Amino acid sequence: MPTWKVMKGNEAAAWAAKLAKPKVVAAFPITPSTLVPEKISEFVANGEMDAEFIKVESEHSAISACVGASAAGVRVFTATASQGLALMHEILFIAAGMRLPIVMAIGNRALSAPINIWNDWQDTISERDTGWLQFYAENNQEALDLILIAFKVAEDERVLLPAMTGFDAFILTHTVEPVEIPDQEVVDEFLGEYVPKHAYLDPKRPITQGALGFPAHYMEARYTVWEAMENAREVIKEAFEEFEKKFGRKYQMVEEYKTEDAEIILVTMGSLAGTVKEFVDKKREEGLKIGAAKITVYRPFPIEEIKALAKKTKVLAILEKDISFGLGGAVFGDVGRTLINESEKPIVLDFILGLGGRDVTFANLEEVIEISEKAMKEGVEEDVFWIGLRKEIL
Amino acid sequence: MAESPFKADIERVKKEYSEKMTPGAVVYLPGSSVINKTGSWRVFIPEFNKDKCVRCFLCYTYCPEPAIYLDDESYPVFDYDYCKGCGICANECPTKAIVMVREVK
Repeated sequence: MPTWKVMKGNEAAAWAAKLAKPKVVAAFPITPSTLVPEKISEFVANGEMDAEFIKVESEHSAISACVGASAAGVRVFTATASQGLALMHEILFIAAGMRLPIVMAIGNRALSAPINIWNDWQDTISERDTGWLQFYAENNQEALDLILIAFKVAEDERVLLPAMTGFDAFILTHTVEPVEIPDQEVVDEFLGEYVPKHAYLDPKRPITQGALGFPAHYMEARYTVWEAMENAREVIKEAFEEFEKKFGRKYQMVEEYKTEDAEIILVTMGSLAGTVKEFVDKKREEGLKIGAAKITVYRPFPIEEIKALAKKTKVLAILEKDISFGLGGAVFGDVGRTLINESEKPIVLDFILGLGGRDVTFANLEEVIEISEKAMKEGVEEDVFWIGLRKEIL
Repeated sequence: MAESPFKADIERVKKEYSEKMTPGAVVYLPGSSVINKTGSWRVFIPEFNKDKCVRCFLCYTYCPEPAIYLDDESYPVFDYDYCKGCGICANECPTKAIVMVREVK
């Protein structure tokens, strides 16, 4: 029988790692993710987890140790956030290029400057081109589940790419919620043992990993990462289905909420989806035709799902806690790419909000609706809006 | 003239080498770097004067490639397929039996 525990998002991530039975965990503490490796080191010290816990001197070393361990052929887990993830940046490309299915938990946190420990998605969003799969959790249960699913997808032979699961700093990492801990035997069945077919060390099978790729071969190597990411779409769907059968919780690339007949759909990710769904309920009661959509899988980007979503509505309002300076939000850019060649498409507006831990309130969402309605009636003059800005101090 | 000590390896790799891309660009064939004829990078080429050579083996010892091996009489033989023209052998040679000259192709 699965057991219930009241726990923080960080503990849920550590429990997911415990259930997945990685052989190596290398991590360096950083707010707000410190509790993840802390809890894991406790599991290891208590003999509840049979893993090598490697203490390192930086995040760059943490992910490098993970690459080494994964290249040796074992299941590997780590956790970080914000500046720590940024410090890992160059090695993230290497993990993906070497097709090492490392799984990493991220307590999504803002990037400096100014230094800020609170939530937004700039850290993981900035790593979107590294070749890592990206999942975003709405609550602590999803954080646990999506780490297990990340292992399942990452290690699939059709994919073999590293994966990161993000859950919002403090809003989830440090907030307690009831979480169902699945049975170990069922998790074992779901994940199976990691048996590497390519990346492993064996003196009887000498190989070279991470070799130089000349111009004659580099593009083909990168293309196989592209292909693997494309394959991941199908593999993720299969993993979601199997997860639902085994554990009873349903996941989708994009989760739609009251989108039928919706004239405005608020598209978002992570814990903000919870707020947005509640807001949709309130506005529906007031008779407004709005809906919500939560992007659970950001890489690979759910292109078909967003195209289908776009057909249902007049306005897609993207609510995102990240900014690509000089362009707009990253999700906005991705949705734009998705719809560019569609013959009919809705108005797409971008709302930058909640940066660096700024609360996103119903008042903010009312403003989003107002702007969206105005665009519907009068056309689009502007398409990127900063919501909740304290203009009086600018 | 003695044969390259790597001849068998080079022959084996030539036979078994495949360009087929593998997941993670893993290289499965040991010694397959011999496919890369690093001699093509060369600008200067070592010119050898046997009369000055005292067979001290310093060039053979210092060659980082290694693109120098010894013949039956212990004189150095330069493997121009792999010699990058770095000039270390000429620099180390105590009798100036090796000099670097610009290679004209």
